[in-house]
Amino acid sequence: MAIPVSYNLRNLVVRKTTTIVTALGIALTVAVLLAVLALVNGLKTAFQSSGNPLQVLVMRKGSNAELSSGVTRAVFQDLKPMTGIARDGNEPMASLEMVTVINLPSVDSPAGMNVTLRGLLPMGVKMRDGLKLQDGRWFGAGQREVVVGKSVAKRYPGARLGQRLKFGRGEWEVVGVMDGGQSSINSEIFGDLNQISSDFNRPDGLSSVLLRATDEATVPALINTLNDDRRLGVTAQTEKSYYESQTSSGAVLQYLGIFISIIMAVGSSFAAMNTMYAAVARRAREIGTLRVLGFSKGGILTSFLLESLLLSAIGGVVGCLLVLPLNNLTTGVGSFVTFSEIAFNFRVSPGIMLTGIVFALIMGMLGGLFPARSAARKEILMALRDI
Amino acid sequence: MAETVIETHQLTKEFVRDAFHVVALKEVDITVVRGEFVALMGPSGSGKSTLLHLIAAMDRPTSGEILVLGQNLRSLNDRAIAKWRNAHIGFIFQSFNLIPVLSAIENVELPLKLTNLSKKERLEHATTALQLVGLGDRLHHLPRQLSGGQEQRVAIARAIVTDPDLVLADEPTGNLDAGSAQEVLTLLSRLNKEFAKTIVMVTHDPHAAHFATKARHLEKAELLPEGQVPADWK
Repeated sequence: MAIPVSYNLRNLVVRKTTTIVTALGIALTVAVLLAVLALVNGLKTAFQSSGNPLQVLVMRKGSNAELSSGVTRAVFQDLKPMTGIARDGNEPMASLEMVTVINLPSVDSPAGMNVTLRGLLPMGVKMRDGLKLQDGRWFGAGQREVVVGKSVAKRYPGARLGQRLKFGRGEWEVVGVMDGGQSSINSEIFGDLNQISSDFNRPDGLSSVLLRATDEATVPALINTLNDDRRLGVTAQTEKSYYESQTSSGAVLQYLGIFISIIMAVGSSFAAMNTMYAAVARRAREIGTLRVLGFSKGGILTSFLLESLLLSAIGGVVGCLLVLPLNNLTTGVGSFVTFSEIAFNFRVSPGIMLTGIVFALIMGMLGGLFPARSAARKEILMALRDI
Repeated sequence: MAETVIETHQLTKEFVRDAFHVVALKEVDITVVRGEFVALMGPSGSGKSTLLHLIAAMDRPTSGEILVLGQNLRSLNDRAIAKWRNAHIGFIFQSFNLIPVLSAIENVELPLKLTNLSKKERLEHATTALQLVGLGDRLHHLPRQLSGGQEQRVAIARAIVTDPDLVLADEPTGNLDAGSAQEVLTLLSRLNKEFAKTIVMVTHDPHAAHFATKARHLEKAELLPEGQVPADWK
């Protein structure tokens, strides 16, 4: 049996001001780390929810983004009859698409942010399985009409239903708002392929082709055939892996956030250490008394370490509570792959909160170890004489 | 013949303080038998507290032998000493040394935490000890809600709750008013007479020494022969 935990808890309550201040320092550190992790987690979710594992994205050989890719209509015509492509009625499930960026003033940035504009055919819309129309209607063929993702509608006042956007050679009417679930489609604008390609003067300079394989087993075969065909000059990958690779735009953010958190954690550990050293100094006589009563050096060490861990656990829980309101909050981040803004939600998952608590406990452990050791090493008589 | 509880032979304690070599205890031979209530007396710096600390194994002698309850304390390591102290020694401090954040009963229960007793048994023992010192109605009071005399009685309850073979008291009335001191000394005397506890008490107060069955005097780090008092003793 050890020194009762109530002894530590009550001591934390007795010196409540120091406890609150120290715990708050730890809480803020945890909050910064969790905010970054929630952001990166949200970004990952957005990309990982994008793309269908049955679908293959075809771009020009050497391209790693749709924006820098180029595909001609002739290539598209060559791809359509290939074996292994699913059919919707008589029509092969293949979508020729053009991707570019347009500049729109946003809530956060009145000077404008880049938004992905995607020109596609009705089949392209049909191939986005989870995609639903939230408001209005789909764009008409040959019309200057667009449907915007729900995040675009939320973040860009000029891109709401019924508004007109100026790009290309004229004004485009927002006729609908689409809901792509958690995917990055929410950050895109869809319009008619032919109208967009003609407005941007790229009638034959299109970006990519999306193909749906008949079943999972044909996906690798289809990809191999496409990659091996030198005549086509294309590179193929699953749509899912394409989006997953884009998560790298969160990496810089993640490393920066973790770096800042670690620096803050060092500070918080020292704060905890200071608090615990003060506690050990003030309770020297209690330590001596406990030793006289028969508690071992190990018992004293454990008790003070536990107190530091309790203190940091309070900080950890408060830190989690601080970031909880961020959950599902929408934000945007510029992607270096698409050169446009991707909107996504912060995701404060239970796993992330657990990380925060563990992070806090590590701070408590580091901060408590030396003071606890000094408490355990005190000579009984020296400790008893200390007042 | 009564069982020997404490036996020292040529017990010496020296230490260095601020580059000065200090002899705190010089070649002390003392024997305490079971059932005695010994008052260790002497002026400040005479070495009486040092002797008490050596008996409680709170400090180690420079040379000489010390056997307490038949145990050679020099042969035990820190961990074994802690265990031994918990099982056999009850210690009473001058300034009570209760844990401020724990209630009276929790303070008294503390040494029992190191035993195999169940929570229920621990609380029963602690309650009995507090009733014995006359604080049965103050179980859940915090130390700061008690008077000095009551605090010292809680400390006595804590010292006897494990039913130790030996109770050591370091100036137990030093911080108390005359009335509270009288209560505490009466209580110690009762523990000695009714419960046959062996007690060694350090004091410089001749009145306190009257409650003991035997007084031994120290002067300048040396123990005077039994029955002898310092020349300037009144």
